[in-house]
Amino acid sequence: MKGKFRQLLEERILVLDGAMGTMIQNYKLLESDYRGTQFKDHPHDLLGNNDLLSITKPDLIKEIHGQFLEAGADIIETNTFNSTRISQADYHLEGFVSEINKTAASLAREVADQYTAKNSQKPRFVAGSLGPTNRTASISPDVNNPGSRGVDFDELVEAYEEQTLALVSGGVDILLLETIFDTLNAKAALFAINQCQAARDLPIMVSGTITDASGRTLSGQTTEAFLISVSHAPLISIGLNCALGAAQLRPYLQILSQNAPFYVSVHPNAGLPNEFGAYDQPPEEMAQLVGEFLEEGLVNIIGGCCGTTPEHIKELAALAQNYPVRKVPVIV
Amino acid sequence: MSTTSYLKLSGLEPLVVTPETNFVNIGERTNVTGSRRFLRMIKEEKYEEALSVALDQVRGGAQILDVNMDEAMIDGKQAMVIFLNLVASEPEISRIPIMIDSSKWDIIEAGLKCIQGKGVVNSISLKEGEHEFLRQAGMVKAYGAAVVVMAFDEKGQADNFERRVEICQRSYRLLVDKVKFPPQDIIFDPNIFPVATGIKEHRRNALDYFEATKWIKENLPGVQVSGGVSNVSFSFRGNNKVREAMHSAFLYHAIKHGMNMGIVNPTMLEVYDDIPPDLLERVEDVLLDRRDDSTERLLELAESLINEPVKEAELQKWRLGTVEERLSHALVKGVVDHVIEDTVEALEQYKQPLAVIEGPLMEGMNLVGDLFGSGKMFLPQVVKSARVMKMAVAYLEPFMEQERKQNKKESSLKILMATVKGDVHDIGKNIVGVVLACNGFEIIDLGVMVAADNILQSAQEHQADIIGLSGLITPSLDEMIHVAKEMERMDMQIPLMIGGATTSKLHTAVKIDPVYNGPVIHVLDASRSVPTVSALKGSESEEFQVKMKQEYHEVRQAYKQRKKLKSYLGLPAARANSLKLDPKVNSHHHPRFIGNKVFKELNLEEIRSYIDWTPFFQTWMLKGKYPKILEDEVVGIEATRLYQDAQNLLDQIIKNKSLRARAVVGLYPANRFGDDVRIYRDESRKDALGTVHFLRQQGKKGSGIPNISLADFITEEGQNDFLGFFTVTAGLGLEELVQKFTDSHDDYSSIMVKALADRLAEALAEYLHFKVRKEIWGYAPHEEFNHEGLIREKYQGIRPAPGYPACPDHTEKRFLFDLLGVTESIGVELTESFAMYPAAAVSGYYFGHPQSKYFGLGKIAKDQVEDYAQRKNITVQEAERWLGPNLNYDI
Repeated sequence: MKGKFRQLLEERILVLDGAMGTMIQNYKLLESDYRGTQFKDHPHDLLGNNDLLSITKPDLIKEIHGQFLEAGADIIETNTFNSTRISQADYHLEGFVSEINKTAASLAREVADQYTAKNSQKPRFVAGSLGPTNRTASISPDVNNPGSRGVDFDELVEAYEEQTLALVSGGVDILLLETIFDTLNAKAALFAINQCQAARDLPIMVSGTITDASGRTLSGQTTEAFLISVSHAPLISIGLNCALGAAQLRPYLQILSQNAPFYVSVHPNAGLPNEFGAYDQPPEEMAQLVGEFLEEGLVNIIGGCCGTTPEHIKELAALAQNYPVRKVPVIV
Repeated sequence: MSTTSYLKLSGLEPLVVTPETNFVNIGERTNVTGSRRFLRMIKEEKYEEALSVALDQVRGGAQILDVNMDEAMIDGKQAMVIFLNLVASEPEISRIPIMIDSSKWDIIEAGLKCIQGKGVVNSISLKEGEHEFLRQAGMVKAYGAAVVVMAFDEKGQADNFERRVEICQRSYRLLVDKVKFPPQDIIFDPNIFPVATGIKEHRRNALDYFEATKWIKENLPGVQVSGGVSNVSFSFRGNNKVREAMHSAFLYHAIKHGMNMGIVNPTMLEVYDDIPPDLLERVEDVLLDRRDDSTERLLELAESLINEPVKEAELQKWRLGTVEERLSHALVKGVVDHVIEDTVEALEQYKQPLAVIEGPLMEGMNLVGDLFGSGKMFLPQVVKSARVMKMAVAYLEPFMEQERKQNKKESSLKILMATVKGDVHDIGKNIVGVVLACNGFEIIDLGVMVAADNILQSAQEHQADIIGLSGLITPSLDEMIHVAKEMERMDMQIPLMIGGATTSKLHTAVKIDPVYNGPVIHVLDASRSVPTVSALKGSESEEFQVKMKQEYHEVRQAYKQRKKLKSYLGLPAARANSLKLDPKVNSHHHPRFIGNKVFKELNLEEIRSYIDWTPFFQTWMLKGKYPKILEDEVVGIEATRLYQDAQNLLDQIIKNKSLRARAVVGLYPANRFGDDVRIYRDESRKDALGTVHFLRQQGKKGSGIPNISLADFITEEGQNDFLGFFTVTAGLGLEELVQKFTDSHDDYSSIMVKALADRLAEALAEYLHFKVRKEIWGYAPHEEFNHEGLIREKYQGIRPAPGYPACPDHTEKRFLFDLLGVTESIGVELTESFAMYPAAAVSGYYFGHPQSKYFGLGKIAKDQVEDYAQRKNITVQEAERWLGPNLNYDI
């Protein structure tokens, strides 16, 4: 499968799935749904811990994966965006991190394989999602003490190593490091992946987040500086996701496309949030904007982040077929 | 990746080393082994100072920052981590890549774990053998850094051409073949050793370095060559003239041979072309080993140079100009660094302080004025220019005093400015003052809350040529009329300028111009102040004054015509057309408490995110909406700079807690009685604490549109309704802060800090209103914070302020202040005109009903004024005085 992924990227534009969190929100789950039977007596609130649903509501997660695959996604992401021990500490579930990741990977694997079996001309891939964690290694959490840090490199490496191993054992094809707002966190993740023998040969996708119109990550790096800072790793692709809608991402994608010796991915939000914090860019509108990226030859992998539904992915999948593949430029 | 790739490093920004880069300068003062000063700071844990060393390096042009903490007396690993984390918090420093410099691997590794960008490890070598070399190189690669490789192996340091080549080649093959290290990320340091030491073996030290560098560049594709340049001149310590020449000549040849990075102290570098020919010849003899007696010959020449004064290398070209050019540059660019020394020099040259001011300083300021006038400079820059001017003038002031005593020569036009009695707002006035001062006018600023008699007396004392009055709150309008009347009474003739947020051309024309026979001009904003003053005092001054009188006369005529056109309802009819609350909507959410609550420890950091920045830019006369304004074609760059300065100042204010914010909220049972709202002590609703008096729109409305009063949003007796009250301030400590900036003649920061305090107070009002809706009163518990939504006022309930459009009577603040105990609890006072002091304060009412909304009262008729006076138990005249701008009739 790994070789197959690389080969497909040479052949066509690939489509990543949409927003797991947005889909889960639509089910309006209750505390009891999150707990299931396994965590009935867990002494802390679990409402909102979407990653836990892989264990407590596996059918729901599979259903969502299925919807995105049905819509035409080539790659689905495991439901593990917050499944590091650092993020799960909020729920006092550090001890379940391996189980959460492994289960999530297996669920995605199962559904993806069903779809591959239906049509072997369109193989489906599972990307293990590694989020940024809820802490930053480059920014002080205490304004009065700029030298302090909420998390350090070693803690991040340990957490990412644990997550990576579990994802690999659950059967992922790809590792996707996404929504990077602090490059040092990402560097720790790349360091951790490099340390896992079992993960070393998997394609690694890296996707950063430009926070605002300054064109910088939350930790202050320009897009090009971000690219340079992660280029030591043997990435399959680099890209951008979240924070902004497709319209705002364009100049930064251009920078990546011109300077990266990798394939380029983009999975924007469905526009910018409205007054109620919801994303409401219609699928056609998003597809039109992403279509411009393809027209310009900026990207190889397209997909959706916050607010994107199977309808969005369906539009993107239709779009992907209309454009020739983008070649990685020779970079000196 | 091909072997022809460029070295790419990063801090917050990229550094790509291309063949065109020529030479990358590595800053090295943040090195405890190289700088005793830096070592002392680290030892004493003075990290703030240590950071400023790093900042100096960046500002001095360093493209990479070398950090070294190798000292036996300190915990190098800990110091490295602390320092790098602090560097990460200073964007101006962390902009450039970091070079982690240590001979200890554990310090290097600790440093690598702190940098988000792609840095450089300095250094690894074969000193400990291949195994350790490969291990360390593998780790450097995994951490994603480039690496400096020293020409050092198991046998020792390379000290000739052959050894340099041997070690570098071996290192290269190991790195590229075994570790798969990207060749462009390898930086060789083939050892720069001293020359002219008198030891025969050292004669080829420089030459060997040059030749080895050439060989490396030709035979080891992709790599970089670096080195510490100052080593080469080691034997001439104490003789900077020779050292500077040696460094410069060494670099010249090394770069030609392929060296493209290095550690050079820019202040210890002569311009190659400026090295005296005899010195250059002897230096190059040594470097290139051209003669047997080259060392002796250089020493000989060095002896004669040893006691010559050392010239500080001039990094900044503009420092080389004439004193006039330098002052002009400093004024236009707003650079304060050298202004005093340049002013001293100018004074020596021009002899008389006034000649300096009227000569080079005014010329510079005229240039600033021209650039501002033609839109090539923006207000924040002009204010910075003024800061430079003020510092220069402050230096010259004592000399002027002497001059004045000797010959009583008077200078330019004098403009007296004041914020009128009862008002404390002065940002706009200060800006106008600065702009006028920039244009050569002398400003006498009387400050805020200045009574009429003080204004007139000072005007006479100083023989002012023009008086400028400013005010922000509506009662100030009356005070301005009062000042104008007094000027008339004293038979003055000098022009009166009117400005400030509530002032208008219409009000000036209708109310002020008729009471004073001298010229009265309304000045819309700072940019209009200069042309106005010039016209008032220029050669065509009389024509201008006649023209303005005529223009204002026409404005008055038009106003009288217009007024008659608009029709008004009688008060009973207006009341009959009041807004009816939807009985189905339950507005009577029970507050969590009844009474007052004081908030003293408010966190400005949290409040900061509630700031609406658009008005901040308006203060500085930059037009546009935030954040779009930052990218505006015309003002974007300046807006961004201003915004950055504001952020920095805000950071400091928050860090040093130099401004403090407080707030008080009161929630009380309330019921409406006509247009009054009665406030009760408790929910028995028996004991009334007082009454809030509201006014009702009287302009005739279209069908179905009510004549609203704020009272309409409260239900009548028998239903359990509530009304909230609040006052917030973010101005505690402001006075001290402003004083500090004023003392250092820094108008820019002084205006900035006031503008920020205003923004913070507004932000706090938003923040508190949000908390009130969500928690404190709690009628909208599910509301989520959304900045855009706040600015567009999309939420349930309103917070109108007494003195503003819906309830324009400022005197209603008295009850609000008494009820909340504002002065005792949070230290905000009311002036006699009911302005709040400190000015960075907001007060108002909270209405919670979903149908409540903001509106403007508009004009009201005499019947309502009479009714209102009766309700408030004041005379009609007094009511008319406070409601002046809202009356539909003349008094």
